[in-house]
Amino acid sequence: MQEKVLMKGNEAIAEAAILAGCRHYFGYPITPQTEVAAYMAKKMPKIGGTFLQAESEIAAINMVYGVASTGKLSMTSSSSPGISLKCEGISYLAGADLPALIVNVQRGGPGLGGIQPSQSDYFLATRGPGHGDFHVLVLAPASVQEMADLTGLAFKLARKYRMPAMLLADGTMGQMMEPVCLPDPAEAEEKAPDWAAVGTGCARVHNIINSLELSPAVLEQKNIERYERYAIAEKEEPRWEEFMMEDAEICVVSYGITARVSRNAIVEARKKGIKVGMIRPITLWPFPKAPLLKAADQVKSFLCVELNMGQMTEDVELAIRCKKPVGLCSRVGGMIPTPAEVLAKIEKANEEGG
Amino acid sequence: MANYEMIIAGFGGQGLLFSGKVLAYAGLLENRELSWLPSYGPEMRGGTANCNVILSDTPVGSPIVQQPNVLMVMNTPSLDKYENDVVPGGKIFIDSSLISRKVVREDVEAYYIPATKMAQDMGVPTLANMILLGAIIANTGCVQPDTIAAALHKVIPARKADLFDVNMQAIEAGKAFVS
Repeated sequence: MQEKVLMKGNEAIAEAAILAGCRHYFGYPITPQTEVAAYMAKKMPKIGGTFLQAESEIAAINMVYGVASTGKLSMTSSSSPGISLKCEGISYLAGADLPALIVNVQRGGPGLGGIQPSQSDYFLATRGPGHGDFHVLVLAPASVQEMADLTGLAFKLARKYRMPAMLLADGTMGQMMEPVCLPDPAEAEEKAPDWAAVGTGCARVHNIINSLELSPAVLEQKNIERYERYAIAEKEEPRWEEFMMEDAEICVVSYGITARVSRNAIVEARKKGIKVGMIRPITLWPFPKAPLLKAADQVKSFLCVELNMGQMTEDVELAIRCKKPVGLCSRVGGMIPTPAEVLAKIEKANEEGG
Repeated sequence: MANYEMIIAGFGGQGLLFSGKVLAYAGLLENRELSWLPSYGPEMRGGTANCNVILSDTPVGSPIVQQPNVLMVMNTPSLDKYENDVVPGGKIFIDSSLISRKVVREDVEAYYIPATKMAQDMGVPTLANMILLGAIIANTGCVQPDTIAAALHKVIPARKADLFDVNMQAIEAGKAFVS
């Protein structure tokens, strides 16, 4: 670990990506994530890396595909409307089983929406951003430290499972500064992965990176094999944090900025004698189903706190097999609930019981 | 040490985000828990701008300051917007060169500092923000006086290192005004 420094969340992503060994960044500016690109523009040329401002988001994601095909770490970053444009490319990455990092610093939508923070791309991220049967790994940082740590983890998991990974942040996380301990630089890769298209030296059969497969039987098999990998990820990779859950009777479920607002509300509720805790998903795909299902036998109800119209409530209901009621506290369009608003919902849930 | 939840607000270009950054760096050097959250988007491009700074002994939950105990304002719309959010007993630091009205509330402490006029008289017209910052530091003790100089070194980029002394002078002028 390096010395503690003060950084914006967006800058922490960029520096952590470089420390993880990423030397190829392709992007197109959009608020509120432009600091990622600005940081890369300054730093990449100095370390022999590539920063390229593409002509569009679509071009950027396809450049990521190109670099990923050679087994190198590559990334792009954008915000909600830009991520919509990248979805075709993300589907192709998934279809070609390529690892890459896509950073989404969300803003309010749909359409052009606004530029203030949002979590309304939850469905887009967790259901597979693009056409076809696939998932991407989805990591949801709730601090600048996690912006850095989860960037490194996203690359690692993307490599491990040969999947695209999405860092799903929001405008607040991107813009705020907090102290952060950056990780030590990753050791340089000695050789390309076996599947990479790096030239055969006439020593082996060609590796073909492609998502086109016209034989239904072969394409079916590829899909099945991909989902076998997903099943391993779903078993081994869910990550979450529990806060005051030991004796909790109400379980708040929240990620990113709203998890931090909820934390304030939970501390206040505890002062009033309300037994409330929180399960904060750190991975949104794979979703931490096991701790939620376990909590369902302990608490009388769940309360999702998020910046959308309740997209995660579906995942919570599925995870707990609808054993307990799942409430919602949300603001949208760039608004963020206050701790007092969350507290009021916690108090209401406490009165209503299970 | 007490926890500080601050809003620093005014027009874009007055150096409000910069003042907040100096406080944040001072907090970092004192190994405290902290967050710094700016307004962004159209506000940065003219119009009102603000930042929220939290300095705390315990991990910071929400970085959004709803009820500041320290408010620094450099224009009237910001005083209008945030005056009622300040906690009872909180402190409001006002650039009285730019804001003609007084604080209405009687349950807060108001400090009127003609920072813009002072800065002009000192020949550093862009450093009214640092005069107000000096006043806040001296009055509240939110960060140690020693760490401010070190924090300023961190915030001022190397290519503008010659600006260090005038920034320190502005901070000292603010401190002297409220002492």
